[in-house]
Amino acid sequence: MKVITANRLLDGEVVWLGPNGNWVEVLTRAEILEEPSHVEDALKTAEHSEKAQEVVGAYEIDVVRDEGRILPAKLKEMIRAAGPTTKPDLGKQARAS
Amino acid sequence: MYRYDEFDQDFVEQRVEQFKNQVERRLKGELSEDEFKPLRLMNGLYLQLHAYMLRVAIPYGTLNGKQMRKLAEIARSYDRGYAHFTTRQNIQFNWPKLSDTPKILEELASVEMHAIQTSGNCIRNVTADHFAGAAEDEYADPRVYAEILRQWSSLHPEFTFLPRKFKIAITGADHDRAAVQVHDIGLQLNQNEDGERGFRVFVGGGLGRTPMIGRKLREFLPEQDLLSYCEAILRVYNLHGRRDNKYKARIKILVHESGEDTIRNEVEAEFLKVKNGFLNLPLEEIERINAYFAPPVFEDLPETESAFEAAKAESRELANFAKRNLNPHKAKGYTSLTISLKPIGGAPGDATAEQMEVIADLAERFAYDEIRVSHEQNIVFPHVELRDVPLIFKILAANGLGEANAGLISDSIACPGLDYCALANARSIPVAQEISERFASLERQHDIGDLKLKISGCINACGHHHVGHIGILGVDRKGEELYQITIGGSADENTSIGKILGRGFPADKVVDAVETLVDTYLDIRANKAEAFIDTYRRVGDAPFKEALYGSG
Repeated sequence: MKVITANRLLDGEVVWLGPNGNWVEVLTRAEILEEPSHVEDALKTAEHSEKAQEVVGAYEIDVVRDEGRILPAKLKEMIRAAGPTTKPDLGKQARAS
Repeated sequence: MYRYDEFDQDFVEQRVEQFKNQVERRLKGELSEDEFKPLRLMNGLYLQLHAYMLRVAIPYGTLNGKQMRKLAEIARSYDRGYAHFTTRQNIQFNWPKLSDTPKILEELASVEMHAIQTSGNCIRNVTADHFAGAAEDEYADPRVYAEILRQWSSLHPEFTFLPRKFKIAITGADHDRAAVQVHDIGLQLNQNEDGERGFRVFVGGGLGRTPMIGRKLREFLPEQDLLSYCEAILRVYNLHGRRDNKYKARIKILVHESGEDTIRNEVEAEFLKVKNGFLNLPLEEIERINAYFAPPVFEDLPETESAFEAAKAESRELANFAKRNLNPHKAKGYTSLTISLKPIGGAPGDATAEQMEVIADLAERFAYDEIRVSHEQNIVFPHVELRDVPLIFKILAANGLGEANAGLISDSIACPGLDYCALANARSIPVAQEISERFASLERQHDIGDLKLKISGCINACGHHHVGHIGILGVDRKGEELYQITIGGSADENTSIGKILGRGFPADKVVDAVETLVDTYLDIRANKAEAFIDTYRRVGDAPFKEALYGSG
């Protein structure tokens, strides 16, 4: 299972590719890609977004389902999805609470 | 301190305009990310995990109250109310928007600051002893030479695209407080038998994945040859440094692969060509720059200040602060005061906008408007009257800046690690926080005494772990953070690279391991005056290894 992530050009915000080719600010709204061909298509969409100055540095990441929630498989991506573990008042985690 | 002349100011303002235009073109799509990335990096703008990161240069770590206040204002207006002081005496903002960066650079230019050459394969900010101009043991103020090097290296056309980044550090005394032997070029002021001033020159030191101690190319380089000799070193490096492999591109690899004698011969040959040319440093020019760094006029004060002594006798907190956070000053009745940015449980090197403003106010009121950033991620007031220390301490303590731990185990260096950095493999800050909490008792810390703990979240070693008395390196082992411990490193005049003791520890065990090392030291030290590093040098790693891993 994969999702596509990037940083938004204007402010660097971490974003994921949503189901309509839009970029979303929370991982739970990202499009989950089960098939390799879907990943390829999504990366093409992301490339288009990069050319349109929406995002930079798009890449695919592994995600896992944990008690029904989608979580990044790797710590680095968990931190990107939440914010610094040492500053719960900053990043996406601050907005969620 | 150095003040911009009209050329400096013009240049920095032009650069702001240029970057503003580049950002506009990027946002319009006239520049692709591939085209824009080197341009933003030349202006200190990185893209990290959560956002952009702007690294602002603080030349040789020197700034004044007005500049510190401006940095606080930027933290508040364009960032998230705090900033991070780095091991290269710079400051980083962790959350700026790309669209705001031209405005931030404009604000910086208004106080003679910029972010030029804080990234890229060029000569970076020259770092210096944070007690420069104040320490009683220095031959001369190293910042004078750091400024001369800054002027020479700023936009040096020949050295803008080196094989890799290039870092120079300079210290003014025999006791090295600037870690010069782990820099690409390390300079240590000294004197020859005739009493003339010059430099001991080290080349090819560095940390990262291949730690190396710099080789001494010259025991004494006359001061007028400073630029010619550095130019010769850079030319040899620029010509022969490896460009085929990023990990082998630093000058340390060239020195290691070619051999010290070959490098010395090549540098000396190149030096002969440029010596006595336009890079020769005339005495008048040194004097001209020196005038910018003239110390304040010190009053004739008594060696000991009775009111200060009385205040210490009354307040244990103040006495502890005075014991650790004051450094001997060249003028009687004065001291250099360290403001620790390592509160127990805090992120090393972070300061809030409010704290930065308090520091600015105190500097203007009590410290001749001089502030330094140390490579150990603390703030220093180089010139303070002893009689003012009690009030300064009171105000610092009221603002979370009064930790009496300079040089102790909780005064650790830590890189931003995986909480912020796109290169990191493991977190550093939580490890530093947990260690400082474990050793929170000041009494215990003072009993342990001098102990330099340094933590890096990846092999690039921004947290200088190789030269920590205890070093911690975070790695990624099959998706889990694992921490390797080294011991016996040092970054002073007796520089050494720490030794790995054995297998790494998971995050929930690394603090216990550090405590085991400290307890072992306390058990075997010859006496209370023998510091951790001295005990290690006396007994070697065996007792520490056994304590951590057992005799099997």
